[in-house]
Amino acid sequence: MTTFLGVPLRRKPEPELRHPNPLRGSESFPQAARHELANTQLRANLAHATSVIRAKRAEVVNEVPDWEALRDAGSAIKADVMVRLPELLEQLEEKVTARGGVVHWARDADEANKIVIELIRATGQTEVIKVKSMATQEIGLNEALEDVGIAAFETDLAELIVQLGHDRPSHILVPAIHRNRAEIREIFLREMGDAPPGLTDEPRALAMAARAHLRRKFLQSKVAISGANFAIADTGTLAVVESEGNGRMCLTLPETLITVMGIEKLLPTWQDLEVFMQLLPRSSTGERMNPYTSMWTGVTPGDGPQEFHLILLDNGRTRALADTVGRAALHCIRCSACLNVCPVYERTGGHAYGSVYPGPIGAVLTPQLTGTTGHGDPNASLPYASTLCGACYEVCPVKIDIPSLLVMLRARMVDEDRGRRIPDGWSAAMKAASWIMSDAGRFAAAEKLTGVGRLVAGKKGRISSLPFPASKWTAARDLPSPPAETFRTWWARERGES
Amino acid sequence: MTASRSSGAREHVLARIRGALSQSGTDPVEIPREYRTSGPWKPGAPDTIELLVERLVDYKAIVHRAADAGGLITAITESLGAPTTLADGAAPAVVVPVGLDAGWVEAVRAAGFEVLTDSRTDPVPLDRLDTVVAVVTAARVAIADTGTIVLDGADDQGRRAITLVPDHHICVVRADQVVGTVPEGVALLAADRPQTWISGPSATSDIELSRVEGVHGPRTLEVIIAGPAAE
Repeated sequence: MTTFLGVPLRRKPEPELRHPNPLRGSESFPQAARHELANTQLRANLAHATSVIRAKRAEVVNEVPDWEALRDAGSAIKADVMVRLPELLEQLEEKVTARGGVVHWARDADEANKIVIELIRATGQTEVIKVKSMATQEIGLNEALEDVGIAAFETDLAELIVQLGHDRPSHILVPAIHRNRAEIREIFLREMGDAPPGLTDEPRALAMAARAHLRRKFLQSKVAISGANFAIADTGTLAVVESEGNGRMCLTLPETLITVMGIEKLLPTWQDLEVFMQLLPRSSTGERMNPYTSMWTGVTPGDGPQEFHLILLDNGRTRALADTVGRAALHCIRCSACLNVCPVYERTGGHAYGSVYPGPIGAVLTPQLTGTTGHGDPNASLPYASTLCGACYEVCPVKIDIPSLLVMLRARMVDEDRGRRIPDGWSAAMKAASWIMSDAGRFAAAEKLTGVGRLVAGKKGRISSLPFPASKWTAARDLPSPPAETFRTWWARERGES
Repeated sequence: MTASRSSGAREHVLARIRGALSQSGTDPVEIPREYRTSGPWKPGAPDTIELLVERLVDYKAIVHRAADAGGLITAITESLGAPTTLADGAAPAVVVPVGLDAGWVEAVRAAGFEVLTDSRTDPVPLDRLDTVVAVVTAARVAIADTGTIVLDGADDQGRRAITLVPDHHICVVRADQVVGTVPEGVALLAADRPQTWISGPSATSDIELSRVEGVHGPRTLEVIIAGPAAE
């Protein structure tokens, strides 16, 4: 015998955070999307940028006769990595250590940040330069460094635009995709300090302003922080794929290099690069090959940083790994092709997802990394941020079946809510529908009411607003006008009473 | 310092991974490798080289062909252009890696440039490197399919910094180093060497996703393909 106390379960209030959580927004996807959709400039910028990159990708992918074979290999290699993750990580650690690198392990963001801070403090520096890295964004490294008085300078052009604009990234590959050239010019003139006064909004002029701005920093900095695109277990080699040369600057010129990498970024063998160096550039920037890729193995005496630290980050990855279906999200190589083809991302942009991982892959990765705490958790709304059209699956270079993962996660979110004491509108409506539909008489009576719907729909043939609680449905979609005749009345008329 | 906590984290993360895999499964995965591991043409073949040239030019590199040693010297000289004497009357400098072919180095000097020789044991200081007008190197391998040149830090290619800081990179690729596909290139590379894969001059697509050449790396990349194509 249980007692129903009638006290609604409330989520524990989030602790007051100094900085926003990089993996969880403050409101649900539909709420956040509503604000973002109101920004017509943002929508215009995104529509332009995503259509450009889609066309570029399609062109260079069509050039490759064995693209599907490469995808099959890429998918299997990543699946193999997951199965053998412990031995491969130990092998990587052994190889990096043998070549003079130091390997650290971090259970979560906080632990990773503390390791980075201690390593920087040991050098006596208070400034570091950074290569664009999703892992360091995911752990909120820049903010953690700022809190202890260490200034981190982003050197990727788009990251620089985001950092100078006191903004948040909105795309995995092009974090400033939501900004157009005129906005970027304004940010540079206002925040850069040394922007040329006659700066135009010509992309070339803007790129040159960034070059001049960062040049001294590159030549003087003693410590750099990077992520990694790939880590080769059997050789201990790390790879960073980039375009501008800021990555090479950070990976080559400073004395100390600190690389933060998710534990899933491994490739088993050197040979596997032949697959991924074809898949990644064409999928991400739509180039046959990105302008620069740097590969290094530990420390090379006399060439590049003489001190190298590698931090292997869990931060929720093992949570995702425990799910047979969900763990495929860890195969992601962060190319962002799925963002660029997603009809939802194209309209809402990346900020609506509340996580540094937006778009289709973000919708399956973020809730698995953080776990979800039920209905009120913004991340529980992410698996619904999709029409399940499947375009993401088609372009994914490692064939992550994102639509299936979304459906699996939706089921999980519903299951998590089953224990709730107070039913929400959705489950109340479902219960009511179940009661009506389980009895022929009740169902026939309900059918009679559809005539009212026809009146509401009127000549336009659809219902676009209904009073509460049905407004919850019509706020986001039109309801088609009910038919003039139900199937059962049609049957009775045509075939007589059965 | 971090050692004790870090090693605790190591065991903890590995245990979590093993725990997760015990739930989601560790069935072995067969890796299908049905993709191409070579192209239609042999390394160094005329068609392979033609494709490389086309791809390099497409990504805004400047390409020269030199059939013989004399042609190569001419190409290096032309790539460097005429030296502009500095304000103090000194000749502008070009940096070369310590193992660069002596004949090529002589060509740089003969063109009127001061030659700075760089090595791992005797590196050109960074600030000096920032003032040189160009760098001349060899390469390890070139991949035609993607228009990629790979440097691996050997003595004729030098430290990574010398091909990064100067604004003009002149890179000599021997015709027999040109392979068709990425797998052929990867097979020739040694993982334990520091590598830079270069495909055109530095570029960005960060502003409205339109490509702009020339950001932090060398804004001019000139590739000289030396020697006759294989028969």
